[in-house]
Amino acid sequence: MERSSARLWRKIRARYNLVGNECQSCKSEYFPPRPICKKCGKKTEMAVKKFAGNGEVYSFTKIRVPPDTFREEAPYYVGVIKLEEGPMVEGHILDDGREIKIGTKVRAAFRRMYVEGDEGLIHYQFKFEPI
Amino acid sequence: MAGIVGYGVHFPIYRIRVEEIAKVWNEDAEAIKNGLNIKEKTVPGRDEDAATIAVEAARRAVRHAGINAKEIGAVYVGSESHPYAVKPTAATVIEAIDAGNNVMAADLEFACKAGTAGVQMAMGLVDSNMVKYGMAIGSDTSQGRPGDALEYTASAGGAAFIIGKEKGKVIADILKTVSYTTDTPDFWRREGASFPSHGGRFTGEPAYFKHITNATKLLLEETGMKPADFTYAIFHQPNGKFPVNVSKQLGFTEKQIEHGLLTPIIGNTYSGASLLGLAATLDVAKAGDRILVTSFGSGAGSDSFAIEVTDSIEAARGRTTKVKDLIGRNKVYIDYATYLKNRDTIKMK
Repeated sequence: MERSSARLWRKIRARYNLVGNECQSCKSEYFPPRPICKKCGKKTEMAVKKFAGNGEVYSFTKIRVPPDTFREEAPYYVGVIKLEEGPMVEGHILDDGREIKIGTKVRAAFRRMYVEGDEGLIHYQFKFEPI
Repeated sequence: MAGIVGYGVHFPIYRIRVEEIAKVWNEDAEAIKNGLNIKEKTVPGRDEDAATIAVEAARRAVRHAGINAKEIGAVYVGSESHPYAVKPTAATVIEAIDAGNNVMAADLEFACKAGTAGVQMAMGLVDSNMVKYGMAIGSDTSQGRPGDALEYTASAGGAAFIIGKEKGKVIADILKTVSYTTDTPDFWRREGASFPSHGGRFTGEPAYFKHITNATKLLLEETGMKPADFTYAIFHQPNGKFPVNVSKQLGFTEKQIEHGLLTPIIGNTYSGASLLGLAATLDVAKAGDRILVTSFGSGAGSDSFAIEVTDSIEAARGRTTKVKDLIGRNKVYIDYATYLKNRDTIKMK
């Protein structure tokens, strides 16, 4: 798990606001952002694209044997969310007691992802909340 | 003069009932419910803190105001549970609402009234044309020592208000604001302490009632208004009993305070409490309605505001979820053990 200020700092923009990018040639959209378009190759221009954060559950699973970082959170859901704009995004899905199904509508909420012990940094990012 | 352009709120979905806490400490739940006028309180999830609540409320406020977040020139976050002792919550908020970087930002602390102090600071910047819009947030995941009376009320939640003065955008004019502050040792938490301490009954007359009363009377005197001139009133609500009593003492009716009295169903959200009451009241207010708000922060001080709703409130309605709809959404009731785990009270090592 990250223990670096610089690595956290580089990802803040993407993690807080689902900021990916878009190929200016074929309009393919990506999250996380990619340096080159998968379809067009390296010569195309990639522009910043902020996604609204709304989508639906494409696939999900319940984690019962978590990594140490999330030991106290288990069991919890992670899934692949198909954003309204198209890209598929991996993320935690908040458990509010309702059944989560493929097709469940979600929105990106702002939550604490993990903390680096008692004295380290706090990592914030999106988690998907059933609407 | 500056006014309110938009607002947004946020609560965790978790709740714990008075009965569940009273059971652990062999106390009479009915006596506590009647004595404090509270049924249940919000509890933050393990992944929520004052920063996440501030961000969720701020995002809703931007949507409600219908403005570009990059027009916000100042962000102040009031809380007594900032996640870091040194690293500003306000910086996380400006990044998460995409306000850009040319923003005055700072964290505030004045017990339960740091949110309204932020409103006053934003008003000053707007009225002096230093910023177009200023945002003030009150957000807390307040602490209560296990077994202490505070445990029945200390909850989590927050509200964000955007202040501006552009005609057509302002949904409520702030006609006047005053403050009353003294050095009163009613409630405190030392650096590094996990839980606050308080003076028991001393938190009542010399603290809450004295400051609320003095600030409200000063506001009425300076505006030439009387309680009957206001459609609604909101007083800080550390429990459900104090605001009812102080409103009666000042000459306000139960009908005037009913929409803004949220503590009986969500607990005391500390820096968020007065602003959440104002948000719930604005949800039902109509053009021409006057609203009086008086906050209270231990230590101690009160900020009092006279507000008048404008015609623009109708255009903004529906752009954000109403406070009482958010309170009533899918609630998850938890037991006392889960409550301790969520509040990180269980020591793992």
